[in-house]
Amino acid sequence: MADTENTDPAGEKPAAVPSQAPAPKPPAKTPAAAAAAKVEKAPPPPPGPPDQAAPADVSVPDCIQALQAALPGAVTQVSYWVGDWTVIVATPRLLDVAHYLRDAAGAKFDYCSDLTAVDWPTRAGERFDVVYCLYSTSLRHRLRVKTRVADGDSVASASGVWAAANWLEREVWDMFGIRFAGHPDLRRILMPDEWQGHPQRKDYPLEGPGELILEGPQEWLKLRQSFNEAEIE
Amino acid sequence: MERDVARPMFDTDELVINMGPQHPATHGVLRVVLKLDGERVVDADVVIGYLHRGVEKLSENRDWTQIVLLTDRLDYVASAAANLAYVETVEKLLSLEVPRRARYIRTILAELQRLASHLVWLGSHAMDIGAVTVFLYCLRERELILDLFEEYCGARLTYNSMRIGGLPQDLPPNWDKKVLQFCDIQLEKLVEYETLLTHNRIWLERTKGIGVISAADAIAVGLCGPPLRGSGVVRDVRKDEPYAAYAEMEFDVPVGTNGDTYDRYLVRLEEIRQSVRIIRQALGGLPEGPVMGKVPRLIKPPAGETYHANESPKGEIGYFIASDGKSTSPYRLRVRPPSFCNLQALPQLVRGHLVADVIALIGTIDIVLGEVDR
Repeated sequence: MADTENTDPAGEKPAAVPSQAPAPKPPAKTPAAAAAAKVEKAPPPPPGPPDQAAPADVSVPDCIQALQAALPGAVTQVSYWVGDWTVIVATPRLLDVAHYLRDAAGAKFDYCSDLTAVDWPTRAGERFDVVYCLYSTSLRHRLRVKTRVADGDSVASASGVWAAANWLEREVWDMFGIRFAGHPDLRRILMPDEWQGHPQRKDYPLEGPGELILEGPQEWLKLRQSFNEAEIE
Repeated sequence: MERDVARPMFDTDELVINMGPQHPATHGVLRVVLKLDGERVVDADVVIGYLHRGVEKLSENRDWTQIVLLTDRLDYVASAAANLAYVETVEKLLSLEVPRRARYIRTILAELQRLASHLVWLGSHAMDIGAVTVFLYCLRERELILDLFEEYCGARLTYNSMRIGGLPQDLPPNWDKKVLQFCDIQLEKLVEYETLLTHNRIWLERTKGIGVISAADAIAVGLCGPPLRGSGVVRDVRKDEPYAAYAEMEFDVPVGTNGDTYDRYLVRLEEIRQSVRIIRQALGGLPEGPVMGKVPRLIKPPAGETYHANESPKGEIGYFIASDGKSTSPYRLRVRPPSFCNLQALPQLVRGHLVADVIALIGTIDIVLGEVDR
């Protein structure tokens, strides 16, 4: 899958893999890194999603209002964009919110459509968004729940609330390295068990770590950075 | 007595065996680790990822329009359905209006795709159980659908048949007549499959009461599509959250009662009939007009996130896309693969059944490993 050839073109053409090398630490930009940013086709990623507030003429659905009333302080923000409602939840309250949304009469979100994560490496504090796309098979409405988590921290596993979350959480752990506390079987699911690193992170190289994965991904990242700097000079 | 102790191969402990990843009945590179007590399955563990190509990671490095090609390679038995779900999600982010004619043609393509996918499912499912004839019959009709797709977009498997904002081209001349002809053939041949299977005693023995899952369990474990409807849950994205032209179509959502393999078979067979019904309606009321909306030359959706679901032949296919509003590729693209979510229920389904039923149950949930592993 990944062989030594992969590392060579990466060193010659840093422009082919934009937005990864400078992304993790934008404050500590050296002049060389700034030059690399110019080569990029896209500007550096924003520090987080916009999470737009709902416009004044759109009323907040009853299930969100009831949630805010039943669990005060759990919902830190409500967002609305292109017809989708999202509630942003404080991580320690996640399971309370999940249980409430599944069981409360006006919510009945019994179906966990999707569970995924988004990496915002430049955001201060919490790096990851964990996203739960919920659906109610009886009331036929949707809601998205988001919670923010820092690198290395864990989120309470929702697999006890929705059994469907089991594999989906395993995939998030595999791809992003977010741990789910209380998960019955948190193993890698798509990558091989002995894999190092988490591929969907923004600082993970697109072309893969090559054979140096055997030595450790850190070694590989250092080597790649030295290639990039040599090219710019 | 002593000899038995010395020869542990005769002990009655549980036995762990590997089914796959190279096994003709696992429909690709699926590996199932089975714990057996005699011929009965005590537990199963599903090992996937052998076909992982990093489609989600690749998407973060491709243009919005180039990703349609990647979606072809998810569920390669029903690539038009994956195309449609993706372009609709991007259109939702762009708040783009799609011409009515394009929405109708999309509906026709999606339903033809559902027929093709269900035919492959029925053929391989029946062949796994031992009815080889059905496989040949099903692929015979699927060939006609592939011909129709080839005439429309030039490809037979990975269609790239949708564009953000519309369709790559209008229908070729006389294509609609050929589709209507095919609809007649399909309904006629459907009776043949039913004659072979529906009241076939071996088929009934192999499918009735096998892999029963209750409606509550099916919802909790996240089953979608025909397996969920087989358990009696009336849930179809086409009805509940209409997209393309489904809001203007009249069709029924068939559901099962027992939640076993036989019911899931009946549900899919009835879906073939309903698909033909939708195709005929859409062709009958096909509006005139352009097939491409007003799309900006450079596609850059404003910053924001959305999730949009479609009913693919396998179940609910959804895309969660985050755009940062600046770059020409998505910041994050997540596919909600129906096969992956359905496969999660496999250990639950096989427990207590025979090894031979594992084959039937892998067939009944209808997986495509390209989509499971992405």
